[in-house]
Amino acid sequence: MNAKQARRPNNQGPQAIPSLLVVSAAFVSGFCIMTIEMLGARIMAPYFGGSLSVWGSILTVFMLALACGYLIGGKLSARRPSLFNYAFFFLAAAALSLPIIFLADEIMRPIFLAVEDPRYGSLLASLFLYFLPTTILGMISPYSVRLLVENSDHSGQKAGLLFFVSTLGSAAGTLGTSFYLVLWFEVNEIVFGTAAALALIGMVLMIAGTQRGHANDL
Amino acid sequence: MTCRLWPALFCLSLFSAPFLAAETLHEERSLYRDITVTQEGNRRCLVFNVHRGDRNQTCMNTADPERLVFEYAKMTFAGLLLNPNPKNILIAGLGGGSLPSTLTKLYPDAKIDVIEIDQAVVNVAERFFDFEETENVKVAVNDARVFVKRAGLLEQRYDFVILDAFTGDYIPEHLLTEEFLEEVRAIMSPDAVLVANTFSTSRFYDHESVTYQKVFGEFYNFKLPSSGNRIIIARDAALPPRGELNAVARSLAPGVEAFGVPLLEYPNRLSTRVDWDMSRRALTDQYSPSNLLRDN
Repeated sequence: MNAKQARRPNNQGPQAIPSLLVVSAAFVSGFCIMTIEMLGARIMAPYFGGSLSVWGSILTVFMLALACGYLIGGKLSARRPSLFNYAFFFLAAAALSLPIIFLADEIMRPIFLAVEDPRYGSLLASLFLYFLPTTILGMISPYSVRLLVENSDHSGQKAGLLFFVSTLGSAAGTLGTSFYLVLWFEVNEIVFGTAAALALIGMVLMIAGTQRGHANDL
Repeated sequence: MTCRLWPALFCLSLFSAPFLAAETLHEERSLYRDITVTQEGNRRCLVFNVHRGDRNQTCMNTADPERLVFEYAKMTFAGLLLNPNPKNILIAGLGGGSLPSTLTKLYPDAKIDVIEIDQAVVNVAERFFDFEETENVKVAVNDARVFVKRAGLLEQRYDFVILDAFTGDYIPEHLLTEEFLEEVRAIMSPDAVLVANTFSTSRFYDHESVTYQKVFGEFYNFKLPSSGNRIIIARDAALPPRGELNAVARSLAPGVEAFGVPLLEYPNRLSTRVDWDMSRRALTDQYSPSNLLRDN
């Protein structure tokens, strides 16, 4: 009896979390991060140009946002992690991506007018456009790890799998966007597509969470 | 410098060969590209990204520096047929500076603003290609899109605008869109002319032509068999009758002859014939995969 218990994971019902779902969700979030990042330069070029500093601004803001997201997501994963919360991250990221489509000009125009130096202009615009959705997307990574981890022995392995999948998603998002998507679609259509994909994943997770009711609380 | 490392005889034979090997005067890796300055006899050239086999960006005849070497540089002066007396000139893309240097000689009183994204190109143009900033010739190290947008806000107006920001290797996609051309049009005075130096090949040609037509209506397409470039000459108003172009050419030709520009030959070469696929999509800020289109 004791031995049996010991072999069981130390928290209740972790097998109930469908790992394929979490892994797919991590892939999509990785894909979306890089899709938005690749389009970031295109979106800002009309106001801040195509100089190297514009790329510098975008990459800086994405790195900062991801760093914050990792920290916050990790923190949140320690408190009653659930598929509901996880689903909410995707829905929030989808919602916060929409200003990139609908408010880009409203955000960039005043910054362009106020800040003469395109370096700081693009940095400020990147902050307003990309910081929030990217932070939320960053929260997904540590939270995914928490949902998959059943015991501390496997935690490194699960984390490795998650990083593998989400970074693979990022690679796919980078290549897919820069090679093909921009050839087939308008910039806003692609951003809308990522928001829709995130929202869809969020809803699927929400349904999966509902089906298990509160039993899915770890 | 490499000569010192080699036996003197070998060096001698190298440089006295009947076909002189191009000598590298300067090499520099800037933020945007590799810049090389070569000299072959009297021909000094600025080459971008030489390792990728890029074309010469600009060349100068050091024995006769006034004379323009490249066909496309000469072709740019066809824009003068539509505005023979420019007073405020905007040039996007410096290269070796042959265009601003020539224009300021032709029009000493004209104000010339040059936009160049790469400070290293400005330095090289000054050091190796006799380019200099003067009272009337100013260089802004900036992205052309940013410069033009700000010029629009400041309600600046130019009567001669030259877009020459494309290297053989890469097209700045935000300088080809309908929105950008609208911004350019906004800083053009009513009598202004726009001259854009671009490519004459690939699927990209169709998209680009459709975009220019959408913004400016009918424009002159200027191609010569001796050049892979095509020059777009556009203005807001309707294009003038050809007779008028010939008259202007006759009056300007003596002035530009010293620079090697055969202006009299140009009026008959300006075409308004639509030789592109009009069903192609115009390039916009939302859709401008120009570098991908160029390879197709």
